[in-house]
Amino acid sequence: MESILAIAVGILVACAVFLILARDLIRIMLGVSILSNAANLLIFTSGRVTRDAPPIVPENVAVPEGVIANPLPQALILTAIVIGFSLLAFALVLSYRAFATMRTVDVDAMRLAEPPYPGQQVPSGAAGRQADRDPARLPEVAE
Amino acid sequence: MIAWLLFWPVLIPILTAALCLIFWTRPDVQRTLSLLGTAVLAAGILALFREVWTGGIVSVQAGDWPAPFGITFVADTLSVTMAALTALIGLGVAVYALGDIGHVRESNGFHPLFQALLAGVGGAFMTGDIFNMYVWFEVMVIASFGLITLGGEREQIDGGVKYVLLNLIATTLLLMAIGLLYGATGTLNLADLAQVVPGHPDQGLLTAIAALFLLAFAMKAAVFPLYFWLPASYHTPAAAISAVFAALLTKVGVYALIRVFSLVFTPTHEFTYAVLLVAGIATMLVGVLGAIAQDDVRRVLSFNLVSGIGFILIGVGLGTALGLAGALYYTVHHIIVMSALFMVAGVAQRLAGAPGLNDLGGLYLKHPWIALLFFFVAMSLAGVPPLSGFWPKVILVKAALATDAYIVAAAALVTGLLTLYSMAKVWALAFWKAQPDHVVAAAGPGILETGEMSRGEQRLTLLPVAVLALATLLIGLYAQPLLTLSERAADELINHQPYISTVLGGEGA
Repeated sequence: MESILAIAVGILVACAVFLILARDLIRIMLGVSILSNAANLLIFTSGRVTRDAPPIVPENVAVPEGVIANPLPQALILTAIVIGFSLLAFALVLSYRAFATMRTVDVDAMRLAEPPYPGQQVPSGAAGRQADRDPARLPEVAE
Repeated sequence: MIAWLLFWPVLIPILTAALCLIFWTRPDVQRTLSLLGTAVLAAGILALFREVWTGGIVSVQAGDWPAPFGITFVADTLSVTMAALTALIGLGVAVYALGDIGHVRESNGFHPLFQALLAGVGGAFMTGDIFNMYVWFEVMVIASFGLITLGGEREQIDGGVKYVLLNLIATTLLLMAIGLLYGATGTLNLADLAQVVPGHPDQGLLTAIAALFLLAFAMKAAVFPLYFWLPASYHTPAAAISAVFAALLTKVGVYALIRVFSLVFTPTHEFTYAVLLVAGIATMLVGVLGAIAQDDVRRVLSFNLVSGIGFILIGVGLGTALGLAGALYYTVHHIIVMSALFMVAGVAQRLAGAPGLNDLGGLYLKHPWIALLFFFVAMSLAGVPPLSGFWPKVILVKAALATDAYIVAAAALVTGLLTLYSMAKVWALAFWKAQPDHVVAAAGPGILETGEMSRGEQRLTLLPVAVLALATLLIGLYAQPLLTLSERAADELINHQPYISTVLGGEGA
């Protein structure tokens, strides 16, 4: 079972890396989101997948009897999910503000903080479909 | 009482942040709380420092769960020194922010975010549990996301996108490394890991995990070739914010690197140490060359910050006690000098109303004290003798020569020379040369007289810079106490048996 999950983690990481390497900010965000889910699945698999009893200690006993499931990965993943969710929410709002400010989702064309050197060619900000490259077709957004 | 002091670096900032949130509509109260909070923080950590200095390493188990099952907080010489520096820089930035941060950023929650950042940094320094370290990293990262975009200027949004994305990826990689390490060893406590890892049957797997840790921490610490987020973003927020970022955030990455690679993956993992050395040399040289090429003063400083991380890395990568002591000494020096430089650069840019070297000028004539403070701290960064930058470079070059690493020594010396050139360039163009004609023509001749800053704001912002400049002079003149401190911290890192036995109790000894 662990090996199947390990392969699934590998596929998720591959997808995430593919998306993160794109120039489109939204694709990168999706990639980061998949990467954080891959990390959660990785921790889950690291804790070993078992069909043991739930980790509940009976009354009047200090240690549960018999074999129990590993409760630690669940605690770790819960923490990681909450953190990952909040960070992703922030990053999505930031992406929206970035589009509203710079009118592009092409990260190579975002050069406000790093102005190009004299004579340097900056990409047109045209990541995405050909049809979207017309500035007149960009949606109106409030900054 | 000591047990309480160990949680001080986390508890006090969180409490202050909570109080600031209660007084959300009262910026004046928040200001007082922020100053009071950082002062109490500094006092508590200095008391803890005294305890550790006289009594050795102390640890405390949260909720009294015995290690390695509960979360452990540990204070050894290194962590308590870093926590003390955090508190002192925090206090300095809190004073600087009074004259710099402005009404908009203040009413959008600068003070609570700043305190949350200090809590994250302090927690990362004190924890003895690798997953808990990840959580403090995230606390720090979330607060820094808020701070870097606070104010919402156009450049900040652009810088923020790059900062946020690359830090998100770095922390996710760290989480993956932690998950793999847990899967391989079944423990998360650093002291327990130090016992389990050396005898682990699958050393190849552990080297791969070590490489993943190295990648994650190197991204956090802005090591070549993973540093691009730093010069893309550090010059965009308010000067107070970039000063605290420059002083502390990359140092947390460096600290985590030193901690994990001295305690868990010891120098027997030769591969990672070779990588550290090569990456250190590349970081030093690329950083300083980038600094020479830049125009914006704070971007010049950002690249110099990257270059300084390289110095720390070569000290760690040499793997000797002397190298590690030099790296730790350099870390202390770098925290003080970088925050002072970013602070004074912020003042200069606000007075002149322009960020670029081409538009600055004439500051020495109109504001000689600001110019002299910058010169003083810049020379310290370049390593000019009576100041604090000189000694760690001497130690590092000596350590490199002692292990016959001549290339490392040569790279350190060349970088020192280029740093001097880069700092002299900033001094000459921003402070020494006359005000450029096109600026005078555009803004009128009186621009430097008044700037955007009132006299009171100038005093508040320059006070912490002056104190830090004095600190760099004193460290340079009386180098021995700090050298003793660095050597003791390095010794604790290399002979880490007392750390393990303090955390795990008698069984670890």
